[in-house]
Amino acid sequence: MQEILEIPAAEFHQTARKLKEEKGMDFLRSLTGMDWGEEGMGAVYHLESTSTGATMTLRVRTADRLQPELPSVSDIWKGAALNEREAYDYFGILFIGNPDMRRLYLREDWQGHPLRKDYDASDLTNPLRMTNEEAVDTTETLELNPDGTLKVQENILFDDKEYVINIGPQHPATHGVLRFRVSLEGETIKKIDVHCGYIHRGIEKMCESLTYPQTLALTDRLDYLGAMQNRHALCMCIENALGIEVSPRVQYIRTIMDELQRIDSHLLFFSCLCMDMGALTAFFYGFRDREKVLDIFEQTCGGRLILNYNIIGGVQADIHPDFVKRVKDFIAYLRPTLREYHDVFTGNIIAQQRLKGVGVLSREDAISFGATGGTGRASGWACDVRKRHPYAVYDRVDFKEIVYPQGDCFARYMVRMDEIEQSLHIIEQLIDDIPDGPYYEKTKPLIKLPEGTYYAAVEGSRGEFGAFIESRGDKYPYRMKFRSTGLPLVSAIDTIARGAKIADLIAIGGTLDYVVPDIDR
Amino acid sequence: MEIKKKPRIKAIPYEEFNDNEYLEKMVRELNENGANIIVGVLDDIVNWGRSNSLWPLTFATSCCGIEFMAVGAARYDFARFGFEVTRASPRQADFIMVAGTITHKMAPVLKRLYDQMADPKYVIAVGGCAISGGPFKKSYHVVNGVDKILPVDVYIPGCPPRPEAMLYGMMQLQRKVKLQKFFGGVNRKEEDPDGSPQEMSETAAPEPAANEQEPVKKEEK
Amino acid sequence: MFDFSIVTGWIHNLLTSFLPYGLAVFVECVAIGIGIMIAYALIAIIMIFMERKVCAAFQCRLGPMRVGPQGTVQIFCDVIKMLTKEIVKIREADKFLYNLAPYVVIAASVLAFSCLPVNKGMEVLDFNVGVFFLLAASSIGVVGILLAGWSSNNKYSLIGAMRSGAQMVSYELSTGLSILTIVVLTDTMQLSEIVARQADGWFIFKGHVSAVIAFIIYLIAGNAEVNRGPFDLPEAESELTAGYHTEYSGMHFGLFYVAEFVNLFIISGVATTIFLGGWMPLHIPGWEGFNAVMDFIPGFVWFFGKAFFVVWLLMWIKWTFPRLRIDQILTLEWKYLIPLGLVNLLLMVIIVVFKLHF
Repeated sequence: MQEILEIPAAEFHQTARKLKEEKGMDFLRSLTGMDWGEEGMGAVYHLESTSTGATMTLRVRTADRLQPELPSVSDIWKGAALNEREAYDYFGILFIGNPDMRRLYLREDWQGHPLRKDYDASDLTNPLRMTNEEAVDTTETLELNPDGTLKVQENILFDDKEYVINIGPQHPATHGVLRFRVSLEGETIKKIDVHCGYIHRGIEKMCESLTYPQTLALTDRLDYLGAMQNRHALCMCIENALGIEVSPRVQYIRTIMDELQRIDSHLLFFSCLCMDMGALTAFFYGFRDREKVLDIFEQTCGGRLILNYNIIGGVQADIHPDFVKRVKDFIAYLRPTLREYHDVFTGNIIAQQRLKGVGVLSREDAISFGATGGTGRASGWACDVRKRHPYAVYDRVDFKEIVYPQGDCFARYMVRMDEIEQSLHIIEQLIDDIPDGPYYEKTKPLIKLPEGTYYAAVEGSRGEFGAFIESRGDKYPYRMKFRSTGLPLVSAIDTIARGAKIADLIAIGGTLDYVVPDIDR
Repeated sequence: MEIKKKPRIKAIPYEEFNDNEYLEKMVRELNENGANIIVGVLDDIVNWGRSNSLWPLTFATSCCGIEFMAVGAARYDFARFGFEVTRASPRQADFIMVAGTITHKMAPVLKRLYDQMADPKYVIAVGGCAISGGPFKKSYHVVNGVDKILPVDVYIPGCPPRPEAMLYGMMQLQRKVKLQKFFGGVNRKEEDPDGSPQEMSETAAPEPAANEQEPVKKEEK
Repeated sequence: MFDFSIVTGWIHNLLTSFLPYGLAVFVECVAIGIGIMIAYALIAIIMIFMERKVCAAFQCRLGPMRVGPQGTVQIFCDVIKMLTKEIVKIREADKFLYNLAPYVVIAASVLAFSCLPVNKGMEVLDFNVGVFFLLAASSIGVVGILLAGWSSNNKYSLIGAMRSGAQMVSYELSTGLSILTIVVLTDTMQLSEIVARQADGWFIFKGHVSAVIAFIIYLIAGNAEVNRGPFDLPEAESELTAGYHTEYSGMHFGLFYVAEFVNLFIISGVATTIFLGGWMPLHIPGWEGFNAVMDFIPGFVWFFGKAFFVVWLLMWIKWTFPRLRIDQILTLEWKYLIPLGLVNLLLMVIIVVFKLHF
């Protein structure tokens, strides 16, 4: 449990700027909107310095429940822009100075803000609307007049003369149901407006009415290509709060499973990127080999995609007797196959031309957006949680953090391909000496977390995945928030893709490697 | 002429499928209207063609979509059954696999996609979310079952369903398609909201509003 | 080598023996027209099946397996389905052009298809400017695609059509130049004559390096002209859903689909005719016995064998390479292929003038 600094709302913007400039707190890990009931509304900010590694948690609060207002920090950390929209959507908190105060996930005609404690959840307030949504071309910035009233300023997203095409929500290249509105000039992209929420399932709200072990079931479905890692983060967060020390065996198993999951996810990344680029055969190669990982999972966990393996205090079941052998076989198989991938796709002149120098994200922007994972590392930002805040047994294994300085699509692609090899390397070190011991610690049937806030993060397949819990000592969490790995990537897409061709957008989307249900939660 | 009693799937005996009673009921209903021999034979040919060439729409919202991709990939390969060409444009697709959760924001979009498809079109609800809302049933933003907005032909349960289950579900759809009438008859009588039976011919222009009220075709595995 | 004109001549004599001349010719035209359409449909079906199986083989899959032995009847199912599928009427589309477009595409394709000399004496459209006609006919297709994109009232279609227009018009030049290279070598534009000149050796062997270069340019440009991967931008599935035919359903889409495959065959057929000796068997000077055996194989078998080999080559390319970007496609054409094609043409002229060819 970390100490939380309480900052008055009026000074917040200044303090934030000072923290960024003087203390080097340039990475906004997470922004969580909160409803503290009687105490008002507010937000919790998790900050980190990329130079010193120091972390910090801030809390800002406003007592006004009817029209809560907070200063926006989207000009300090670019990644805050979408997160503030999310907080507005969930809690109705207005962020003064944010250039785009639309809802992020829900429809514009949605009544109320669902995560507020006083939200009326009945179907009558928000029946299923089958009308098509109007696409608005303007947004609003709220500014504060000196006398405390709000001044609304209109921003124009797209004017009438622009050629705006709509990509998604059903489009083969958006990897799910993301929607871009793209303004084109010929084939060149002038502006992108991202619409999320087509798969917003309200997981965070649901968690508030589930007991802790029940909430675990939903994390797997967030980012289904990081099921192991997501659940690992939540389990770790709860274990930290309860002070449970898991056995070394569990630590080993979790680490191996996380890395297998990473390989699985990166193979899928390879497949989908190739498919988007038009090299269909490589897609099938990736899937062929991914099945082998799934087989290993299936033997131990029983599932292929939704694994439900980690539990509070350990894992669901011990590893299958064949597990070690199969993993070793798989490692021996994948190494030469990776070379085949490089022959088929990486070395191809067309692929190189399509990827190199396209969609450059600078290091500063990556940090400012909080674009962690492969995307951040491809921009030269060493942001691997496994190195920054080691968990499980990552401090005991030797592996290289893959960092490429270029920040283009090709770097993002190569980071992932090299990470597969590093993952194999990690598994190799662990697989032979998984220590004996219990595979789970007994926990009480009814888990109650001590009062306080907790945050734990793991390196997911596509970035830092964090679980934030605020507990009031109940058997249900008071607020549970997951740091989405994909939301920062999506918020960066306008910056990355501007000036690129429409075909590049596909390559950029492919190499950013987001998973939409993880963005929308 | 009677409609062929038993839709045959190559190399799999009829008895090994579940829900045969449902198909038999369908056959009985169809036979009540009757058809002559020539038309019946033509129907058989058309149905044979249609059932073996069902092209899916590339549509996926969440986890089930990845499994849907896996079904298309090398190990499971639905191309073997003629589901070869996944079309990205709804105009050219024959059925839509609703793979994943449908949210309130997505529902109108899905409906629109369905309306954009050309007849004959079929819907498969894949996974718990599409069938009933699944694990997200209590959420404020999830449609509890895609059958609230589309007429569903086949339900494939699972979270996500295994690829084998998906193949099975798709074969069930093939079996169902094999029992349709194309010439001179109606496939099903639908209850009008007013209560008077309304005839829905297959080739008629899509009338989604009529389907919206109550999904008549139901088949649960 | 069996001369097919014996058969056609016999039929002609038979018909004129009991019909007035005009009527006999009319009956012949109808018969040939029907014959072409049937051959066209058959080729389309074979091509689609081949595509499915070839790509499945590259992708470690099986491809269609369930309908008929090894899935051979699969395509007939697709045809029946396509024929009975609804043709969606698009609101606010330009109805006339929208309905016309697929037929323009298919007409262009059929015209070009009828130019191919399949066997000795089995040419349908064969006259002294055959090559010219072939190029002209095959380039009508782009009009159909532009119409389809324009009339669909869909932004994806429009972008697809514009890409297609830019791409096909550009690559037409390279195809033309590489064919011209051979025309320089043969000093004839009649397709049957071009084939006949290859009796003592295919042009790809006779024409030195120049012919080989022309062949390669032709394959690239031809591939681009029929919008096949890696040049499949106009219908780039992951970018534009289905490109210019996004809004087409039922048989209208089927026509585009069929035309795409037959166009691929036409490109291969033309490559066969011009570079690989058409229906001429493979002869190796000095090996009399071998040559006699080769002569025994009918001409159309040679033709289809070679054409499908080229098709297979193009499919291999399609299923291996990622897609190019629009500016890269145009760069490739205008900066590399056209200058190369022009230099190559010059080279061929030098070869011909100084009689350096075999």
